[in-house]
Amino acid sequence: MAGMETLHFAFDGGRVLAPFAPALVGVVASGNLEVLVEPAVGSGCRVDIDTSARGFGPIWEAVLRDFHQRHGLAGLSVSIHDMGATPAVVSLRLDQAIAAIGGAQP
Amino acid sequence: MSTVADSPWTRQRSNRSARLARAALVNGVRAKTVSADAVVALLEALIEPGDRVCLEGDNQKQADFLARALTQVSRERVHDLHMVQSVLSLPEHLDVFELGIASKLDFSFSGPQALRLAQLLGEGKLQIGAIHTYLELFGRYFIDLTPKVSLIAAQAADAQGNLYTGPNTEDTPAIVEATAFKSGIVIAQVDTIVDKLPRVDIPGDWVDFVVRAPEPAFIEPLFTRDPAQISEIQVLMAMMAIKGIYAEYGVQSLNHGIGFDTAAIELLLPTYGERLGLKGKICRHWALNPHPALIPAIEAGWVESIHSFGSELGMEDYIRARPDVFFTGPDGSLRSNRAFCQAAGHYACDLFIGSTLQMDTLGNSSTATLGRIAGFGGAPNMGADARGRRHASDAWLKAGREARDGLPGVRGTPRGQKLVVQIVETFREHMQPAFVETLDAWKLAEQARMPLPPIMIYGDDVTHVLTEEGIANLLLCRDDVEREQAIRGVAGFTPVGQARDRAMVDKLRARGVIRRPVDLGIDPRDATRNLLAARSMRDLVRASGGLYQPPRRFRNW
Repeated sequence: MAGMETLHFAFDGGRVLAPFAPALVGVVASGNLEVLVEPAVGSGCRVDIDTSARGFGPIWEAVLRDFHQRHGLAGLSVSIHDMGATPAVVSLRLDQAIAAIGGAQP
Repeated sequence: MSTVADSPWTRQRSNRSARLARAALVNGVRAKTVSADAVVALLEALIEPGDRVCLEGDNQKQADFLARALTQVSRERVHDLHMVQSVLSLPEHLDVFELGIASKLDFSFSGPQALRLAQLLGEGKLQIGAIHTYLELFGRYFIDLTPKVSLIAAQAADAQGNLYTGPNTEDTPAIVEATAFKSGIVIAQVDTIVDKLPRVDIPGDWVDFVVRAPEPAFIEPLFTRDPAQISEIQVLMAMMAIKGIYAEYGVQSLNHGIGFDTAAIELLLPTYGERLGLKGKICRHWALNPHPALIPAIEAGWVESIHSFGSELGMEDYIRARPDVFFTGPDGSLRSNRAFCQAAGHYACDLFIGSTLQMDTLGNSSTATLGRIAGFGGAPNMGADARGRRHASDAWLKAGREARDGLPGVRGTPRGQKLVVQIVETFREHMQPAFVETLDAWKLAEQARMPLPPIMIYGDDVTHVLTEEGIANLLLCRDDVEREQAIRGVAGFTPVGQARDRAMVDKLRARGVIRRPVDLGIDPRDATRNLLAARSMRDLVRASGGLYQPPRRFRNW
């Protein structure tokens, strides 16, 4: 899509999840985002982002690093389709997605 | 008249008589009643160069017809006016400066005209005396800014000049009292002239002239927030406010800002608040305009009383049907009064909660942005500790104890403190960070040559900063370093938040200075819009039993 920015992050370490069905939360709407979580081979956590808001790479990195520290999960791939959501909304959707795949900390 | 005119002690009264004598010669003036097409000539006869003029611009009600008339006077006859009015809302409020009719301005709020005001100031078209809070400006009406001529708005008048303001009384009593009792002249525009008024809001012998305006006075619905636009993050922050502050302190009396964040709190009382068993324990008495978002809480029996600064369009019939809650006249409609409600909000409320555009690491907050001069309105009065307060309440005492615990000497003298909560998402729309190292207010002060940066709420009055990341209780901070880290510790992923000292933030959290949602027993995933007692304008109408009639622009069904 025109004007979109693509970002990729990968985080190492964490507990590998038992097999799970992919989960999709959120909506592609202004100020919101869609998060798809799928199983992935390997021991890390890979995040691919398409965002309409250009130039916020460092904030994405901080938000995702915080997410990875919070849940400490591996063996998953996260795809994000963002339409200018604030970090607060991004963190909320990520937590919802992890809850949906049963990966939330007890 | 000659003997009176010669007395050095009655010059103002003589001057008033001379003005009234000139006015009596204007065609279309019959006793107190003036025809609409005679108003410009009347203003030219009454107003003298250099006069202090109050052109009633309230938050909602506008003397728009008189404002237009003032822009049409001859600049040869009327010039160098000093405008003293609370709100600059209409283009005409600035046209008088552009046209060279007025040259000096003292005011409170100019949100709708903020950009143009800054431009005119830059072009040297006007000089700003000072930017005030409402109460402060009203105070000066009785000290050193008494209007010579006031142009006001009311709903109806009778032949004697008695005025009925209807629900939007707002600033009118304060303006008229100051003008009429200091030999000034009061001109009122009204929508209708009737034989018998529903009630008298302003006595006729305080009013000199009445003109029926061709169109009803303009009234803006400023406090209507469509619940459909409330986000999950705002629901989360509302849960934190209710559980982490209102319940914690047992807040009984309060004032809310006008944003969606506080509308979310209002809509969560009958659902989330009820579930926490807080009904009857918090939020019983309000200094608040009739916010439609409060209807579900009122209907659920949460609210005992509401006193209002002004009214809100569409709420008339609902208010009329709930006189036990609202202040109403014998005619049944609301009696609002901005001066009294500001005093009530300042002295009689335990808590103020509102939002801001920018906050620095000392907790100073400001809505000033570069190139715009927006003023303050009432926020500095609501959002300031009332140092003169002496009556105790649990919330006030607890806040005072937290702030003074362990302090020596005069700083440890027991007293209460008002809870002043700033509720802000760490990023606003378009990823503008709400937390900044330096407020734009500093640069604006330089640009506009102000004596002080236009800080809306001073950091030492703010007791709590609430963001989606947590609540920082500044009462518990013992020095500026702790205060700074407490604020950084809830500033999320903004540059201010990312520059936090993590070890110190952890310590502040262990001490309860910072509390995360999880520390309050709140799971952010529970923060859904389903918690809102009304999720649309239509829900609000339904909750009111059909009594609330939203303005057309808020109707989408």
